[in-house]
Amino acid sequence: MSDIKFTIDGKACKAKEGQSIVEAAKANGVYIPVLCHFEGLKPAGTCRICTVKVGGRFMAGCTTPVAEGMIVENMTPEIEDMRKAIIEMLFVEGNHMCPTCEKSGNCELQALGYRYQMLVPRFPYLWPVREVIADTPRLYLDRNRCVQCLRCVRDIVTADGKHVFAVTNRGDKTLITIDTKLAAKLSDEMALKAMNQCPVGCILRKEVGYKIPVGQRKFDSKPIGSEIEGR
Amino acid sequence: MGNISDVVKQAAGKYRKDPTKMLDVIRDVKASNGQLSDEAIAAIAKEMKVSTVDVEGVVTFYHFFSKNPAGKYTVYLNNSAVAVMNGCKEIAKVFEKETGSTFGDTSGKGKIRLYWTSDIGLNDQEPSAIINDVMFTNLTAAKVKTIVAAMKANKKVQAMAYEDGDGKNQDALIQSMVKNNIRKKGSVLFAPFTPGTALKAAVSKTPEDVIEEMKISKVRGRGGAGFPTGMKWDYTRQSKGDKKYIVCNADEGEPGTFKDRVILTELPEMLFEGMAVGGYAIGADEGLLYLRAEYMYLKNYLEKVLETMRKNGTLGKNAGGKKGFNFDIKIQMGAGAYVCGEESALIESAEGKRGEPRNRPPFPAQRGFMGKPTSVNNVESFCCASRIMLEGGAWFANMGTMQSKGTKLLSVSGDCKKPGIYEVEFGMTIDQLLAECDGKGAQAVQVGGPSGNCIDSSKFGNKICYDDMATGGSIIVIGKNRNLFDVVHNFMEFFVEESCGWCTPCRAGNQLLLHKFEKIVHGHGTAQDLKELEQWCVTVKSMSRCGLGQTSPNPIYTTIKNFRGLYEAKLQKGDFVSEFDMAAAVKDSCKVAGRKPIVEGH
Repeated sequence: MSDIKFTIDGKACKAKEGQSIVEAAKANGVYIPVLCHFEGLKPAGTCRICTVKVGGRFMAGCTTPVAEGMIVENMTPEIEDMRKAIIEMLFVEGNHMCPTCEKSGNCELQALGYRYQMLVPRFPYLWPVREVIADTPRLYLDRNRCVQCLRCVRDIVTADGKHVFAVTNRGDKTLITIDTKLAAKLSDEMALKAMNQCPVGCILRKEVGYKIPVGQRKFDSKPIGSEIEGR
Repeated sequence: MGNISDVVKQAAGKYRKDPTKMLDVIRDVKASNGQLSDEAIAAIAKEMKVSTVDVEGVVTFYHFFSKNPAGKYTVYLNNSAVAVMNGCKEIAKVFEKETGSTFGDTSGKGKIRLYWTSDIGLNDQEPSAIINDVMFTNLTAAKVKTIVAAMKANKKVQAMAYEDGDGKNQDALIQSMVKNNIRKKGSVLFAPFTPGTALKAAVSKTPEDVIEEMKISKVRGRGGAGFPTGMKWDYTRQSKGDKKYIVCNADEGEPGTFKDRVILTELPEMLFEGMAVGGYAIGADEGLLYLRAEYMYLKNYLEKVLETMRKNGTLGKNAGGKKGFNFDIKIQMGAGAYVCGEESALIESAEGKRGEPRNRPPFPAQRGFMGKPTSVNNVESFCCASRIMLEGGAWFANMGTMQSKGTKLLSVSGDCKKPGIYEVEFGMTIDQLLAECDGKGAQAVQVGGPSGNCIDSSKFGNKICYDDMATGGSIIVIGKNRNLFDVVHNFMEFFVEESCGWCTPCRAGNQLLLHKFEKIVHGHGTAQDLKELEQWCVTVKSMSRCGLGQTSPNPIYTTIKNFRGLYEAKLQKGDFVSEFDMAAAVKDSCKVAGRKPIVEGH
């Protein structure tokens, strides 16, 4: 099948049939910021940071497939300001204390905050009261830091197809939770996977921590997205 | 109340442990057990072979489930904007005084529980409440006292009725106090209809010709979005699939809408026949009526109507007398979630899950209910289809405006003397409608419910149609003496709670909009705050995933556009204005310390 031709901010790009706008952009060396998407998982479109404009309409780049002749707007001031607003919303909606968070430097939300030069959020802090879940043997959940990306819900599933993580409530009360019975049986490997796919410091492995010192972490020297743009 | 594991086993067994029947299982368990306790949730998970947190996710998503305890009597009093206008807060006080309970108290014991709910489809007869699936309309302090006394005396809820409804509300299977309040009859919905004739007319044509007739009529979806019905059917017909579904969206949840309730009560044959017409057109053999939980009181009646239609050959094998066309309809109950009015959320809910909208593509026409091509249409749209089969597409297209053909059923409520149902031709002006419902002198009209447009009198000359003042049917008249900000605040609180929580802008953004709005209304806002509030509305509308978040800022957004003066009058003036409210900030600590704050200079 021949390649699909499309443009992002005027740059001519090529994509394969079925690729999302975010994936196709990445393959063409264009970074579209995204928080909830994780390679290999079915896109959920929860964070909306990857929103782009196509034909005058806003749409999530992670859930929209590219089409022939598509003209994608990505880095316009209008879109970039709204993306920054979403990142700020995530900061004020939870309780994010970067200096005391062990994910600092590896956290994708923090990295996006730096990339978008967020100094003070434009929104007031909502200071929600969220319980920490620690009654599972390998993991603990600091839900103050959850951004509700649903990576864990999509990714951590038992051999017989049961969800270990799920969303409860709705609206302003929406909260992630863990099935403590299933979590008790999680293998070391699955527990590590759960921690690694969490973009923030919500899902953490008990017993081990700070394996990589602050200063040598993923986003400590290069901003998020530079690995794509640098290609 | 039996042993929990027995109750759960029985409920799960009844639905053959089918995970798509999760809502039904949960409802049965709640009905038998009284409460969806952690123990009950764990037992459901075990029987249905899913994880406990998945069941908990479903239970906590829907308003009429929740883990809150139910009593022998559970009162759900409506607190939507028109209910507040009509005095539901005062009614609540009477309930609390008479029962000794408080609204929303989940800890209290006792057989009478009081909870709030938002919009139960009775805006023309508020204040109203649902008690154990029975509708109580036009509540007064005296009526509440009688009801509570009857509950204390362990009377049956049905026996507490204090008046008769009208029309089919008196049917033996409904027996409700609900009134239809049909004020104006038009030629599509309320013209005489002989059951059986519409489907006969349809099956005398080819499915392609049925779709062509729908296209000629230019009928657009009556739920509010206005997508051309003929085109939707055509897409679904053309989609490949070994099975297809027709789904009727009877989840009217937009505050102020109650027209579908009246159709379901008075015109169910016309509706079900319209679904069969749709089934014939797209090639489906199964229809699903997704009925909002609030309308549970109509379920037995609707089942009986379906049974009669099966007996007379309109449904079932060779439906409508067409050899080889087998079509039947099932009813799926909702459980209380506004977002389930969004078609893909409705499908998720009908499959037994949390009612979270799906990402598109694929559209339901490609992959809908159970992954099969599905056409989801509004109750009123199906009735239009029935009429179009009888009168023809050209007849239908002869009415209305350029872009909006036919008639529209309006649910009119609020500050007018004749609230109720009006079937009007598209193109009627707001002024004409206000004259008919006796709502002259209104300060504002909320067209299309909270997600629509709040307009001032300078726009009362505008026309009701998709291309001007679009509405799924909700029209709320707001009188001169009302505080418009109270209405806006009520609507925004509604959206904060009803957001499904999936995407950031809708989940977090609506809370932030509400806070900013409160800041201005309380007199602490500056011109910059008003400017930002408007910008944030645009951000939430632009970045949200589904129609809910794309329209939820509208109560604020459209009132800033149309009533800017009201907002500006609330702004602080002067060179430097502090947004900090000293008195409010120290209120709690002063209370604890028994001191009085000195707030001069702040």
